[in-house]
Amino acid sequence: MNSVFNLFPEQASSISSEIDLLYLFILIVSVVFTLLAAFLVIFFAVKYRRRSEDDRPEPPHADSKLEIAAGAFLLVLLMGMFFWGAKLYFKGNRPPSDAMEVLVTGKQWMWKLQHPNGKREINTLHVPLGVPVKLTMTSEDVIHSFFIPAFRVKNDVLPGRYTQVWFEPVKAGRYDLFCTEYCGNEHSRMVGWVEVMEPADYERWLSIGTTAAASTAAGGGPGESPVDAGARLFAELGCVTCHNQNSGALGPNLTGVFGREETMTDGSVVTVDENYLRESILNSQAKIVAGYAPIMPVFKGLINEDQLAQIIAYIKSLNDNGTDG
Amino acid sequence: MTMNTVATDNPVPAGSEKHYLTNGHTLSSWLFTVDHKRIGILYLISLVVFFLLGGAAAVLFRLDLMTPAGDLLRSETYNKLFTMHGIVMIFFFLIPSIPAVLGNFLLPIMLGTRDVAFPKLNLLSWYVFMAGGLLALFAIVFGGVDSGWTFYTPYSTMYANSNVILAVCGAFIAGFSSIMTALNFVVTIHKMRAPGLTWFRLPLFVWAMYATSLVVLLGTPVVAITLVMIFVERLLHFGIFDPALGGDPVLFQHLFWFYSHPAVYIMILPSMGVVSELISAFSRRRIYGYKFVAYSSLAIAVIGFFVWGHHMFVSSQSVYAGLIFSFLTFFVAVPTAIKILNWTMTLYKGSVSLQAPMLYAFGFLGLFTIGGMTGLFLSTMATDIHLHDTYFVVAHFHYVMVGGGVMGFLGGLHFWWPKMTGRMYPEGWAIFAAIVIFVGFNLTFFPQFQLGYHGMPRRYHEYASQFQILHVMSTAGASILGFGYLIMTGYLIWSLKFGKVAGSNPWGARGLEWETTSPPPTENFLVTPVVKHEAYAYDVPSETSDVQEPRPEQHNV
Repeated sequence: MNSVFNLFPEQASSISSEIDLLYLFILIVSVVFTLLAAFLVIFFAVKYRRRSEDDRPEPPHADSKLEIAAGAFLLVLLMGMFFWGAKLYFKGNRPPSDAMEVLVTGKQWMWKLQHPNGKREINTLHVPLGVPVKLTMTSEDVIHSFFIPAFRVKNDVLPGRYTQVWFEPVKAGRYDLFCTEYCGNEHSRMVGWVEVMEPADYERWLSIGTTAAASTAAGGGPGESPVDAGARLFAELGCVTCHNQNSGALGPNLTGVFGREETMTDGSVVTVDENYLRESILNSQAKIVAGYAPIMPVFKGLINEDQLAQIIAYIKSLNDNGTDG
Repeated sequence: MTMNTVATDNPVPAGSEKHYLTNGHTLSSWLFTVDHKRIGILYLISLVVFFLLGGAAAVLFRLDLMTPAGDLLRSETYNKLFTMHGIVMIFFFLIPSIPAVLGNFLLPIMLGTRDVAFPKLNLLSWYVFMAGGLLALFAIVFGGVDSGWTFYTPYSTMYANSNVILAVCGAFIAGFSSIMTALNFVVTIHKMRAPGLTWFRLPLFVWAMYATSLVVLLGTPVVAITLVMIFVERLLHFGIFDPALGGDPVLFQHLFWFYSHPAVYIMILPSMGVVSELISAFSRRRIYGYKFVAYSSLAIAVIGFFVWGHHMFVSSQSVYAGLIFSFLTFFVAVPTAIKILNWTMTLYKGSVSLQAPMLYAFGFLGLFTIGGMTGLFLSTMATDIHLHDTYFVVAHFHYVMVGGGVMGFLGGLHFWWPKMTGRMYPEGWAIFAAIVIFVGFNLTFFPQFQLGYHGMPRRYHEYASQFQILHVMSTAGASILGFGYLIMTGYLIWSLKFGKVAGSNPWGARGLEWETTSPPPTENFLVTPVVKHEAYAYDVPSETSDVQEPRPEQHNV
């Protein structure tokens, strides 16, 4: 195990070493300035120590030049830090479009995860080495936060909306997974592991099928992928009655809708993402696409988080294969 | 600062009958006093009690953290203890500490006036503070609170099974006490300065009190209304923050940090003011760049209101909002860093005397510099993602708020102790305690930076075993730190009876407060002083030309 006395913890994702380099830069700046300040304070305190009770030093002649010069120098240095940090942050914020998507649900006090083929697990996340993975996360109760120190990634997991984290593992192994937003009594037990496996091992692991315990706890049919489950729900709940490709359909055709900009009845423009779909299903009257009547029923309380995630996964899948909506 | 008072012409020996401490010996003479000095002492005693309670909670959970499994406490107890530590230390110690104790005691004396503008309001503020504090303590003793001092929703409103409502009410009520004190200070500084005491002759401590009071007046109402919203959602189930009721959980964080980030400046600006006084007095010269230091307090107070979102880089706030908050945060760093330069340059060619208050000022410089520098890791977005809510943050804000805030408070307490009590503290013990506290503090909190970068989350009762060695170091440091505080409490109490009698001006300092007797008379000055110099006129010998005839009339009484 990597010792806590090493400067850096394990570097297991594609951005780990980049974050560490920035950390090292700020660390060097900090150490240099702290030592400089400490040296000057001690040096002046010794050199100008009071030699007699009658010492009456001249008042300082400050003409602001030193302050302005120091301020300007610091500002340049700090702006450099700001831009470096912001650039890296945006990189860490934008998942590649081909990232594999895993659904994550946090609840007091466990992590429930579901892979693209429908396989579920609890508190352990298996991912293939070298493949970008995007986690779409939500919470069933309070705010949690999903943190993998070895990957240098973290994001809060909120009730009532989706947030995401993405990473590309670069080193096989087993890494800590922590909840980092205080969530009640057993907050410190809301922990788990991330297992980074060789892609072939991951495929083998995926095909073994779900463990009985995980699928029972998480609900939903074992082995059914989120997209398939979503398609089933889309038919069962009658969504397809209005959302189809027929001209004159009562609802918008959902094929290719994900990621598109749509104009609403009030003239505002909204990008269709997970959070917009979520709101439009649960609270359908909130933002309606221009040209359609507010006739869709409200599904809040009729479907659970898992089913909602499955329907959204299905709608997103319509972008890839262009099948009927 | 040179002026003429009856006090300097006819010095009253300390310990004699006539000063504020001897003006009534009954309990009611204290409980119904409107003397700002006695109110300062009431606050001092109350705050010491709160500090010891908050510290005791920290001792318990630090002992528990010696083992990864947390063998000493149950999770529930652990969570209640860290919540108690945060609520007590922040709302009932750090926020009031310097303004309510040193500010109350010194501000009118530094301004050469008899009292604050509204003495009865000042007394009321203490009662309101105690009501809030006792309510919070009641909540903690009878069942406890486990929401963390940050009260994040929807946990605090819909899920916590503890006395959240009572604790929220305690913090809400205590807020009014802050507002009353701040209002009093602003009016007093504007309207009651002695003749000749212009704004740029004011001590930097007064400037710091002024900037702090503005932050309190603008920020506290926002947190008050936020706490009311918690109350309304928790009791009446109005959906404000919980999405299950149609609310927005992130809204709470915006409202909370809109106050609670400026609150960091409420804790640190007064300490900067104290340190300016200490460094000036123990170098015998004006602070290098007086105007810059005075204005930068105001600048920090203003910019401090626009950076709250840097607490929320991983909260799902817009990435562009995060970008702006990160950018503005770096702007606060500049005036803060230049202040450290000003203090350092004051020593250059000064006449430096390393007595205990100066050691605390040096402690402040060292610890606050580390606190400020580690803030850069957290204002940089990419590194904050990794560090957010880990022990790195815990270490950072302890370096700022304890290393900065408490070191300033203790330095000021030692510096003005002879003025407040008429007795000197024992210098040898004080230097020993200052060193023990400095070493203990660093051993407690420095390992926590490393814990944080290696991924140890905060508020964890149990933790992964690789972190144990650093936790053991931290607990060892906390024991040393606690020992240092106890030594200090011991010798300060001892000095009340056995300390050497202090003269009016044991440090040879030039502030107005040193021109009156120690302890001061109830009226502070028997004749209103006329100020002819700034508070740092060390180059003008006090015995010379400035002395003029006492003015017979009294102002501002």
